[in-house]
Amino acid sequence: MNSAALFLTVFVACAVEAVEALTIVLAAGLTRDWRSTFQGMAAALAVLAVVVAAVGPALTLFPLGVLRLVVGALLAVFGLMWLTKAILRASGYKGLHDEAGIYERQVAAARAAGTGGRHGVRDWYAFTLSFKGVLLEGLEVVFIAITFGDNQGNLPLAALAAAAAVLVIAGVGVAARAPLARVPENTMKFAVGVMLTSFGTFWGAEGAGVHWPGNDASLLVLIPAIAVVCLGYTTLLRRTRAATPAADIPPQAAAASSADQDRAGTTVPTTGPSTGASAPAAGSLTSEEMPR
Amino acid sequence: MSRWLRSFGAFWYDFVVGDDWRGAAVVAAALALTALLVHAAGVNAWWLLPVAVVAALGWTLRHAIKAS
Repeated sequence: MNSAALFLTVFVACAVEAVEALTIVLAAGLTRDWRSTFQGMAAALAVLAVVVAAVGPALTLFPLGVLRLVVGALLAVFGLMWLTKAILRASGYKGLHDEAGIYERQVAAARAAGTGGRHGVRDWYAFTLSFKGVLLEGLEVVFIAITFGDNQGNLPLAALAAAAAVLVIAGVGVAARAPLARVPENTMKFAVGVMLTSFGTFWGAEGAGVHWPGNDASLLVLIPAIAVVCLGYTTLLRRTRAATPAADIPPQAAAASSADQDRAGTTVPTTGPSTGASAPAAGSLTSEEMPR
Repeated sequence: MSRWLRSFGAFWYDFVVGDDWRGAAVVAAALALTALLVHAAGVNAWWLLPVAVVAALGWTLRHAIKAS
């Protein structure tokens, strides 16, 4: 993987996470209280800094083989999760990730939530919403940057790509003061899912002791092969869905799996207007707002 | 304390494994089998994990559609 490919992969993956974090921060800040929102964001960034400070040096203690085995497995699992959702969305079994819709639901929930402060924070709801959103999305950014950078032996470039992605999305968000609904998020997730799965498979197998035919050049076959398989699954599911009688087709709003049960057990509509009934509990995030 | 530990564990399970354990289980099993083939049988099983990943994706998709 050359430097440009490393930068691009990490940049796109982190940009997707940043778009999702931005949606949550905007919903909390614009409808509740900016000061508490920024406090939540700052607290989450502090936790992330501790994670980076702890995980970074710890990685050097492990042999490269063990590191590649663990990191490869995690990346492959992450990639599979991204691909599952992207394929379900692309084939119509699941509503497209709708940042505007998610924003509306967050705003409705934020407006409905009670007010009150704690521990020196003026608006506890805005604080926790912002904290959870930034921490969860940020953990993925950190994980992607560290794993790709460490495995490619170019951690500074990966960190630069992650920082650039976050800064670009934050800058666009500040300028627009609205959720970035026009970002082709599903396409980006599809592409990143293919990359995460491919690199996870490559590194994981290497960590298990495999010697790939052609060494690193095998990635030039592995990445397109996984992309073709995913496109094949998408086409197959589209045809299956088209051939299914209308009465048997679940509405797109229906969850494609228990994935659409949020952490509080509330079903999350993926399309359509938001309602009070679907609003998440105070300070909680639905699975649609969660990473991946 | 036990409640905190439970929620801490649940957070990391959710973060790493996610909504469907099938993908994680297949990847873990395939990696273990690959290591076994390489180190115990001397087979350079580079093909095993890609096949397992493709199969895991199909299994996860099938389950997600059935569940819907």
